[in-house]
Amino acid sequence: MRCIKCRGTASVEVRRHNSAFCRDHFLEYFENQVRRAIQEQEMFRPEDPVLVAVSGGKDSLALWDVLLRLGYRADGLYISLGIDEYSRVSRDKSAAFAEARNATLHVVEVEEEYGFTVPLLASHTRRVPCSACGMTKRHMFNRIARDRGYAVLATGHNLDDEAASLLGNLLRWQTDYLARQHPVLPAEQDGFVKKVKPLYRLTEKETAAYAILTGIDYIVEECPNAAGARSLLYKEALNLLERESPGTKHQLYLGFLEKGRPAFRQAGERPELHPCAQCGEPTTAEVCAFCRLVEQARRTRERRAAAAALPRADGRDGGP
Amino acid sequence: MKVHIRHPQPRTVEFSGNHPVFWVLKQLEINPETVLVIRGNDLLTSDAMVYDQDEIEVRSAISGGA
Repeated sequence: MRCIKCRGTASVEVRRHNSAFCRDHFLEYFENQVRRAIQEQEMFRPEDPVLVAVSGGKDSLALWDVLLRLGYRADGLYISLGIDEYSRVSRDKSAAFAEARNATLHVVEVEEEYGFTVPLLASHTRRVPCSACGMTKRHMFNRIARDRGYAVLATGHNLDDEAASLLGNLLRWQTDYLARQHPVLPAEQDGFVKKVKPLYRLTEKETAAYAILTGIDYIVEECPNAAGARSLLYKEALNLLERESPGTKHQLYLGFLEKGRPAFRQAGERPELHPCAQCGEPTTAEVCAFCRLVEQARRTRERRAAAAALPRADGRDGGP
Repeated sequence: MKVHIRHPQPRTVEFSGNHPVFWVLKQLEINPETVLVIRGNDLLTSDAMVYDQDEIEVRSAISGGA
């Protein structure tokens, strides 16, 4: 297969555009797609300070890399979730990436801030790990970006992520989510920083190719808690369709943005936001969902500790 | 050829002879949309030939979760 630009040996095939590229022209294509996303969606300007949420994985590190290459003022934020070895390795990869590029990386530990790791938050509240993890990250991303003076928070969500999320929202007709789903969530006076997804025009496979071709040392292993996640099932289904009909994911998501979302926007009403009574973050309830999650985990821990301290019927200590 | 697969469990599969990438992925029942095929520092497209003495890695491009 030949590069459509220079006729050299192709490294990456982009079937949905009926194209193939050599290494250098693929990197050019990738940069152009990111630049186009940022400019068309008015995500941020070159002088805006941008905080990139990094996990040590291919998507977030590829995003940080391409933003730095394009000359944006991009710093990183790594949130350590406390998922044992996986968190240690992903943190090391993120730190090494930042050091090699002389870039600023903020590191924050969930356990230090709230007294629980994400696995403990999940188990103490009987939630699936991805739910507790997503809620924790969304809460912390917003608070830290706002408190540290960043105009914009950028995440590494790609076309596959967005198409899978859209499929999930459609399958359950979650009209409120459908009205909001967009690569840009604007900053609002009620406490949300602007959130953007500059990789939304690129597939997950293209992002992985970029990471490999630029020599980014990312964590290849999947998060141990992700096994069985519904998002993986949706991605698998979409990739079966993509194999038979290249461009399916692109048409689904970009078509939705152009033709589907406006209808849901018109129909949807956005509930009023006000500060959470405990943490001050914006919420529709008196206490935000994340504070309720932490409170529930604390109650469970106290209940378990009290039960362990009670003498058992057989006269032995309750034990741990 | 030796084919190293990292996901979901690391394993190595061997085939004899020269074959294009799409043939290898078909034998392994892997959807080409979900993986990258790496030889040394190069990425291989589906029509690229893998030779009997080659070692390649089939790396998942898909991650999930929140």
